[in-house]
Amino acid sequence: MKVVIPVDENGKTVCVAFARAPYFLVCDTQADQGELMENPAASAQGGAGIKAAQFVLDTGAEALITVRLGENSAQVLQEAAVRIYRSMDGDAEKNLDALKKGALSELTEFHAGFHGRA
Amino acid sequence: MRVAVLSGKGGIGKTFVSTNLAASTRGSVYVDCDVEEPNGRLFLPCESAASKEVCIALPTFDPQSCTGCRACVDFCQFNALAFIGKTPRLFREVCHSCGGCRLICAVHAVGEQSVSVGSVEVGVSHGVQVVTGEMNVGEASGVPVICAALAEALRLHSELTVIDCPPGSACTVTESISAADYCLVVAEPTVFGVHDLGMVLRLIQTVGKPCGVVINKCNGAFPATELLCREHGVPILARIPYQKELAACISAGRLAVEESEEIWRIFTALKERIGGAV
Repeated sequence: MKVVIPVDENGKTVCVAFARAPYFLVCDTQADQGELMENPAASAQGGAGIKAAQFVLDTGAEALITVRLGENSAQVLQEAAVRIYRSMDGDAEKNLDALKKGALSELTEFHAGFHGRA
Repeated sequence: MRVAVLSGKGGIGKTFVSTNLAASTRGSVYVDCDVEEPNGRLFLPCESAASKEVCIALPTFDPQSCTGCRACVDFCQFNALAFIGKTPRLFREVCHSCGGCRLICAVHAVGEQSVSVGSVEVGVSHGVQVVTGEMNVGEASGVPVICAALAEALRLHSELTVIDCPPGSACTVTESISAADYCLVVAEPTVFGVHDLGMVLRLIQTVGKPCGVVINKCNGAFPATELLCREHGVPILARIPYQKELAACISAGRLAVEESEEIWRIFTALKERIGGAV
């Protein structure tokens, strides 16, 4: 199963943001290595959540692991039946392991979005 | 002459200044562009007003004709479209109604629907032609309603058109002052007032309009306000006193120029100074 995790510049730490994360780690529960891809929505003027969620859909991923998620992103992912998991403390690799073991819980609360402000 | 009245910080006296400025000239036009909560009507109530709906165009997608090429999704500068399953999905609040997705679709699968976002009301009160823009609760942007209100106001002929702007210094204010010949900034002698005065003066400078300041609620000198105006090279055209009687008048929804000789003189002189500058 393909999984997407938003990560910081170092490519390892789970980024606190989803739509504005600098990179997405696109990994597979069956494979060892993941692919680090630039987030096309990182510097979008607006609608970053929608654009980032579209990116996730386009990777063919079935799951997203994230710290938090805005309501626009959530709508896109939910309509496409992508599972959304709450990230735990630790880096992306640790979170992927936790997902494989079924130790991650689903993220059910979504925020209203930052609308261009920090 | 079209005068936009703005302030940045709310509660400084935009509506007070704009309604009284309009009321001091018979046949003038007053247009309320604070479409999220228009309150000019409290002082200029109209007996019978004609109301028109304001609509914007939103795209519709025909799943039968859509080939899934995603040209529309890729084109959208606002990222208002996502491609999920077989067709594009619109995020209404993010859409700016530019019509680009409809133009770019090679198979004409993108149609248009008209959606109501507010209304514009036109009436007469105290010898003033009153135009009021009112946005529907929950809409993401007041700009389309402001555009419609201004269009209505500019259709009416008058020597003086007073544009009552929304608070702040962002999109809605920029749109409200776009048609103005002159910007009248209402200032308040407080620290918060000075901060917002700076923001608004910078906006006016950016769009390049002549402007002047009216200091409201004056009860002595406030050096920070005077200094800021001097730094920006902006004249102080009038000072309105901080009086309990004025506050009582406003609370009762009455026009101060009709009740106070002093206020009538202040607004008449203010009008002349603005006229001299335009």
